[in-house]
Amino acid sequence: MIHSVFLISNAGDLFLEKHWKSVISRSICDYFFEAREKAVEPDNVPPVIRTPHHYLINIYREKIFFVSVIQTEVPPLFVIEFLHRVAETFQDYFGECSETTIKDNVVIVYELLEEMLDNGFPLATESNILKELIRPPTILRSMVNTITGSSNVGETLPTGQLSTIPWRRAGVKYTNNEAYFDVVEEIDAILDKSGTTVFAEIQGVIDACVKLSGMPDLTLSFMNPRLLDDVSFHPCVRYKRWESERVISFIPPDGNFQLMSYHISAQNLVAIPVYVKQNISFFETGSSGRLDITVGPKQTMGKTLECLVVTVHMPKVVLSANLSATQGTYNYDPVTKILVWDIGKLNPQKLPNLKGSLSLQSGAPKPEENPSLNIDLKIQQLAISGLKVNRLDVYGEKYKPFKGVKYVSKAGKFQVRT
Amino acid sequence: MQKLLQLPVNAVNIVKSVQGVVQGQEEALSPVLTPDSSPQNWYSAVQPEELRHLRSGGMGGGGEGSEDRPGLEEGLTSVQSQPLRHDDLKEMLDSNKDSLKLEAMKRIVAMIARGKNTSDLFPAVVKNVACKNIEVKKLVYVYLVRYAEEQQDLALLSISTFQRGLKDPNQLIRASALRVLSSIRVTIIVPIMMLAIKEAASDMSPYVRKTAAHAIPKLHSLDPEQKDQLIEVIEKLLADKTTLVAGSVVMAFEEVCPDRIDLIHKNYRKLCNLLIDVEEWGQVVIINMLTRYARTQFLNPNINESLLEDSSEKAFYASDDEEDEDKKAEAAALVKRKPYVMDPDHRLLLRNTKPLLQSRNAAVVMAVAQLYFHLAPKAEVGIIAKALVRLMRSHSEVQYVVLQNVATMTIKRRGMFEPYLKSFYIRSTDPTQIKILKLEVLTNLANETNISTILREFQTYIKSMDKDFVAASIQAIGRCATNIGEVRDTCLNGLVQLLSNRDELVVAESVVVIKKLLQMQPEQHSDIIKHMAKLIDNIQVPMARASILWLIGEYCEHVPKIAPDVLRKMAKTFTNEEDIVKLQIINLAAKLYLTNSKQTKLLTQYVLNLAKYDQNYDIRDRARFIRQLIVPTDKSGALSKYAKKLFLALKPAPVLESPFKDRDHFQLGSLSHLLNAKAGGYQELPEWPESAPDPSVRNVEIPDWSKCTSRKDRKEKKLDKPFYSDSEGDSGPTESADSESDSGSGSESASASDESGSGSESEESGEETESEKEEEDEEKEKKRKKRLDKTKAKKPAEESAERCAIHTSYQINTIAPSGSIKMYELLHRITGEGLAVEYCFSRQPFSPDPNMVAVQIQFTNNTNSETKNLHIEEPRLQSGMRIREFAEIEVLAAGESVTVVMGIDFCDSTQAANFQLCTHTRKFFVSIQPPVGELMTPVFLTENDFKKEQGKLMGMNEISEKLTLGEKCVNEHVIVERVTATANLSRVPCGSDKECRFAGKTVSSGCLVLVTVTTKEGGRAQLTVNCEKMVIGTMLVKDIMQALSQ
Repeated sequence: MIHSVFLISNAGDLFLEKHWKSVISRSICDYFFEAREKAVEPDNVPPVIRTPHHYLINIYREKIFFVSVIQTEVPPLFVIEFLHRVAETFQDYFGECSETTIKDNVVIVYELLEEMLDNGFPLATESNILKELIRPPTILRSMVNTITGSSNVGETLPTGQLSTIPWRRAGVKYTNNEAYFDVVEEIDAILDKSGTTVFAEIQGVIDACVKLSGMPDLTLSFMNPRLLDDVSFHPCVRYKRWESERVISFIPPDGNFQLMSYHISAQNLVAIPVYVKQNISFFETGSSGRLDITVGPKQTMGKTLECLVVTVHMPKVVLSANLSATQGTYNYDPVTKILVWDIGKLNPQKLPNLKGSLSLQSGAPKPEENPSLNIDLKIQQLAISGLKVNRLDVYGEKYKPFKGVKYVSKAGKFQVRT
Repeated sequence: MQKLLQLPVNAVNIVKSVQGVVQGQEEALSPVLTPDSSPQNWYSAVQPEELRHLRSGGMGGGGEGSEDRPGLEEGLTSVQSQPLRHDDLKEMLDSNKDSLKLEAMKRIVAMIARGKNTSDLFPAVVKNVACKNIEVKKLVYVYLVRYAEEQQDLALLSISTFQRGLKDPNQLIRASALRVLSSIRVTIIVPIMMLAIKEAASDMSPYVRKTAAHAIPKLHSLDPEQKDQLIEVIEKLLADKTTLVAGSVVMAFEEVCPDRIDLIHKNYRKLCNLLIDVEEWGQVVIINMLTRYARTQFLNPNINESLLEDSSEKAFYASDDEEDEDKKAEAAALVKRKPYVMDPDHRLLLRNTKPLLQSRNAAVVMAVAQLYFHLAPKAEVGIIAKALVRLMRSHSEVQYVVLQNVATMTIKRRGMFEPYLKSFYIRSTDPTQIKILKLEVLTNLANETNISTILREFQTYIKSMDKDFVAASIQAIGRCATNIGEVRDTCLNGLVQLLSNRDELVVAESVVVIKKLLQMQPEQHSDIIKHMAKLIDNIQVPMARASILWLIGEYCEHVPKIAPDVLRKMAKTFTNEEDIVKLQIINLAAKLYLTNSKQTKLLTQYVLNLAKYDQNYDIRDRARFIRQLIVPTDKSGALSKYAKKLFLALKPAPVLESPFKDRDHFQLGSLSHLLNAKAGGYQELPEWPESAPDPSVRNVEIPDWSKCTSRKDRKEKKLDKPFYSDSEGDSGPTESADSESDSGSGSESASASDESGSGSESEESGEETESEKEEEDEEKEKKRKKRLDKTKAKKPAEESAERCAIHTSYQINTIAPSGSIKMYELLHRITGEGLAVEYCFSRQPFSPDPNMVAVQIQFTNNTNSETKNLHIEEPRLQSGMRIREFAEIEVLAAGESVTVVMGIDFCDSTQAANFQLCTHTRKFFVSIQPPVGELMTPVFLTENDFKKEQGKLMGMNEISEKLTLGEKCVNEHVIVERVTATANLSRVPCGSDKECRFAGKTVSSGCLVLVTVTTKEGGRAQLTVNCEKMVIGTMLVKDIMQALSQ
C-alpha cells in the first residue's frame, strides 16, 4: 500500500523520509515540486499526482506537505485519512506538528512511523497503543533520561494491541477521577448581501477528556437527541445503542479524544448570532473606494459575543486602507490583501463600526466584485443548536467521578457576501 | 575520560579526510542531535584549536558541499566518499555501555530519516541485534530493515536471533521477531520466512496470526513463486474467527490472490458479522473486497428499474452507446421471469455495513458509500448522501476526493443529493480545485425545479475574483442551458449581458459558450448574432473573436446585411490579428463568397491575397486551398462544384456533458476512479451475473452443540466475545436491559489480555480465550435459535439462511420483515384484462420526499402480449394531497412482473388517492386507501422522552380504551408484533414488563403518535394513544384493538 512518506516544508525543504518497502529515491518528489510550482497556493496542489511509475498522494497540514508514494491501486481516502492521522499523532506527542518539532524529535517521529505502518498497511494508529510503545517526550522525562540514561521506549510490551478494545490501555489509575466533555459547535453559513441566509448549518463535536481508573463504561444521554441530524462516532461508541435508544454508550480511551461529531443541517432553522451591515464601494474615478461595516448581535440567546473578528480579502488593486474603528483594531496587509478587524467583545449598546476610505492602484479599472466578509466569533456557555447533555452515568467501576460539561459556539465557515 | 582518549585517533582521521570531519562536526551541531548528547562537548572542544584551519582548507579543496540545494540541510551530500567519518559512531556501538550505543543508534536513525547513507555502519550495527536494551534493539531493527537489501550477506548474521525470537514464549516477542524477519528483503531467507509464516499462522495468539497475515504480502513481493503456498496460508487465516486477524488477512488476500473469490464463500457471513469490530483500516479493505464479491454472487437489485432509468436518462445525455445499454437491460429483463427477491446474504451485507456510515474515518464512510452505490436497491442508496455530505466538512483533500465521487454519483442518481444542494454552495475561501468540483456537482444536480436557485447562485460566482473559477462558472451555465430546455433563453440572455462585462476573460468565455448554445437553435437568435457582430470592435481575446467570426460565417444567411460589413472590417485589420482569428476570417470570407458573391467577391480576393503572403504557413496553405476550392477556374477539378456543400453543411450541435459521465465503471472511491484511468493492481468491478450462482456455497456447517453443554456451565461467566458485533441482541426489543453484560465482557477481555503480557502464561490464556469464544458463539447461536422458534419465523425455508434470517427477526421493531407486509389489490387480473396490480406499504422512507408515504406497486402482465407505457394520469386528489408518480414503464413483457415505488402524501388522512392507471391501450380507475397505521413512521425515543412527550399530549389528545386480549396474545412479544404489524411504529424501551410502548410520527405533518399497551391480569389490557391529531388517534385505537383482540 503506502511505499514511502516524505515530509516537505512549505519552503520546499525535504526534511524527512521513511520507507516501508524498498527504498524509493527522493527524486520522485520532483514531480511533486513541479505540481507545487504550478499551483500558486499550497491549497491548490492536487492531492493525487501521477508519475510514470508511482502515484503521489499528499496532504498539506501545518505548513508541511506529507507526500506518500504508492504504486498500486488503493483508495485515495485511505491514504489521506492515514496521513492526517499521522499529523494528529505528531500533534498529540509534541504539542504541535511543525517542521521544528519534527526535526527536534526526529528519532521519535521515525519510531512512530515505523509502528504505525507495517509493509505499508496501518498497524497501530490508536494514540493509546502508541503511547504504550513509545512514550511522548516531556521536559521532565528528557531530563531524567539524560541523567539516568534510560529511554523513552516503553519497557512493557503493548498489551493494547491484543485486546478487543484497542483504544484503551489497561491498568489506568488516577487519584482524581474526572470526565470532562466540551460541546463545541460551529456555525457554517453564507449570508447574502441583504442579510438573508443562503445556507446555514451547524457542525458540532464533543471533545472528551476522560481520566478514569480501571475499565469504566460510560453512558452519555442528551435532553434532545433528535436534534442531531447526522452523527459520526469514535470507534468506542456502540452504534446499536445509539440507533435504538439514542444514548451514547462507550468504554472511553484514556485521556483526550473526540467522542463524536454531529451535523445539524440547513433544514432546521439555524440561529444566526450576528448581523453585518456593510457598504463597500469603489468609485469609477479617482482610484478610491469607501468601506463601512457595522456589526450587531442577532440571535444570541442573551449571551455576549466574544473574539469577534472580521476578515476581508480585498481585490488585488486595493493598495491601502485608511479607516477608523470605533472598537478594536484593524490591520491591512498590502501584500496578501487581507484586512483584519479584530473587534473583541461585542457591546450591544454601542455597535462597533469600521469606516473609511480605500485607495486603489491608479489607472487600474475598478474591481468587478465586492469582497466577501469572513466572520469569526465565539459564544461561551451556549450550544447554538440548543443541544443539552442530560446525564453521564458510569458503570463498571465503583468510584464517583467528577463530571463536567462545557458548551462553546463558534463561527465556522461564516461568510457574508457583498 | 574515555572520550578524551579517543581524541588523538580522531585527529589522525581528520588529517586523512578533511571534508569528512567538517561535515561530521556540522552534523553534531545540527539541532536534532544536540539536546542530550554528551559527545558534543568533545566536538566543541576540538573545534577551536584543530579544526579552524582544517575547515578553511577543506572549503578550498573539496567543495562537495557547495553542490547542495540551498534549502536542504547542510551536509546532505553523499557520504560514501568518506569511509572514515563514522568512526566515532562505530566505537560507540562497540562499547559495552547501553547509553552510548543508544546515543549512536539515535544519531544513525536521525541520519537515515534525513536520507543520508549510513550503510557503511552495517557490520557495527548488526552486531547489536541481540542487545538486551529494548530501545537499542528497536533502533537496530529499524536500521536492519532499511539496509538489509543492500547488504544481504551481512544481514544473514542477524537471522538466527529472529529465529530464536520466533520460539519465545511471549507472544509479543514472537510477533515482532516475525515482523522484522519478514521485512528483511533477502531472497536467500525465503524458505525460512515461509516456514515462519506457516508456523505463525497456527499460533495460539491472534496477534501473532495477525502478524503472519501481514508477512504474507511481503514474502509474495519478494518471491512471487511462493504464491500457491501462501494462498494455502491465506485460506487458513481467512477461517480465523478473531477481529484482529480479519482485516489483515483480507489485505493479504487482496494483494496476493484477489481473483480467488472462492476462498471467500465460507467466510462471507463471518466477515459480514465481524465487520463492525474490525479496526478501521481493515474495514476499508474488507468492504471493498466484499463489494466485488457481491457483484459476482448476487443479482442486480435494480434489474427491474434499470429499464426505466435508462430511458429517463436518455433525455439529457443521449448518445449512441445508450442504446446498447438499453438492449442489454432488455435482454436481462427477458432472462428474468420472476420478480426480484434479494438474497438474504446480500441483505446481510447491506445491513451490517450501514452503521459504519457513522464512522469517524472518512475512508470507511467512503467504502460503505461505494458499496451501497454499487450494490443496494435504488430506494436504499439515498442513505449514503447524508454521510458523504458530512465528509465535506473535513480537510480539503478529503473534500476533493469525496466531491469527485459525488460528481460521478450525481450523474447516475441525481435525486439522492438534491436535498443537499445547498451544501455544495461555494465559498470564496474554498481552494480553486474544490470550487470547480462543487460547480460540477451543482451542474449535475440542476433540473427544472431547482434551476432558478442554481442560476441565481451561479450569478454570484461570476463576480468572483478567481478567474479560472469564473470561466468554469460560465461553462456550467452553458451546460445547464443545454440540458434544461426551459431555461435556455434565460441563460442565453444572462450570458449576453455578460458580454458587456468589463473583464475581457469573462466576455471571451461567454462568447465561446454562447456560440455553442446558438448552434442548437440559430434561427431564433439572429439578434444575438447581430449583437455579437457589434462586439467584434471591442473584444480583443483571440478565441472570442474567432468564435464570433465563425458564428457570423456559419449563419451568414440570418444576418445578410451585417456579415459583409464585418468581413470588410476584418479585412482592414487582417494583418494585425492572431493566427486563429486569421483562419476564421478566411473561413468567413469563403462562406460569404459562396452565398453572396456579388457583394463580397472583391473583399474575399483581397483577404486571400493578404493571406497568401502571411508569415504563418498554415494560413498560406489555407488560403491556397480555399482559393482553389471556391474560385472556379478551368484548372480546378470536380471538387469546387461541391464547395457549398463542404462549407455550409449542417453541423451537429456540440454536446456539453460532464467529464464525470461514465466514470462509474470504475469502483467508486478507488484511485482508478479518481484518475479516470486504470491504476496498477486495480481489480475490475464485475458486472452483475444474469442468474445467481448457487447461494448454498456460503453455508457453514453448524457445530454440534450437544458437545459443549457440559462445559458451558463451567465457564458461563467468562465472556470474551467480539466487542460490539454481537450487541444486536442488546438493542432488540426484549433485551435492552442486557447491555450491562456487554460492558462486563469488555473489561473481562482486557484483563485477560493483561495477563497475557507476562510471558509463559500467554499461550495458555490465548488458547483459553479461543475456546471460550467458540463456546460463547455457540451458546449465543442457541439462544437465538430458541428465540427464533418462539417468534415462529415465517418460512421454514429461511432456516437455510440461518444467521441472516435471525437478524431480521430482531429488527422487527424498525423494519417489518418482508414476509409480513400485507399486499393489497389495486387492479384485479380480470378487470385489468390480464394486467394484475398489487400494492403494499413498504415502510421504507420515500427518499425523494420525506413527507410522502412510499407505496410499492407490483405489476404483473398475465397476458400473452406486451403491455406498454404503464403510467399514471389524472390524479384526482383531496386538497393538499400530492402524488409523486413512478417513472413510466415502457414495456412489460408477457408473463413479466415489475415493481415500482411511488410516493403519496396523504396529508395524514385516510382519504383515498384516486388516479388513472394507463397502458398503451386502456385506462383503469383505481384508488389507494391507506390504513391509518401506514400514515406514520417510527421515531426513536427514550423512556424519559416518551414520558415527557406523553405529558404534553394529555386531555383531548389522549384516547384510552380497555380491551380483552385475544387468546394468542399470551406474551409481550406477540403484542409487540401485532402492534407493529398494524402501525408503523417503533418500540420504546421500558422498565416495566407490564407495559409496551411505541412511538412514531405522522409522515406528512410529523405529529407524534404515542401508543401504550398495559397488560393486566386475566388477559385484560388497557390501550392508550396520545396524538395531537384526534382523528388519527381514534382510528388507530380501533385498529390496534382489533389486532390485539383477535
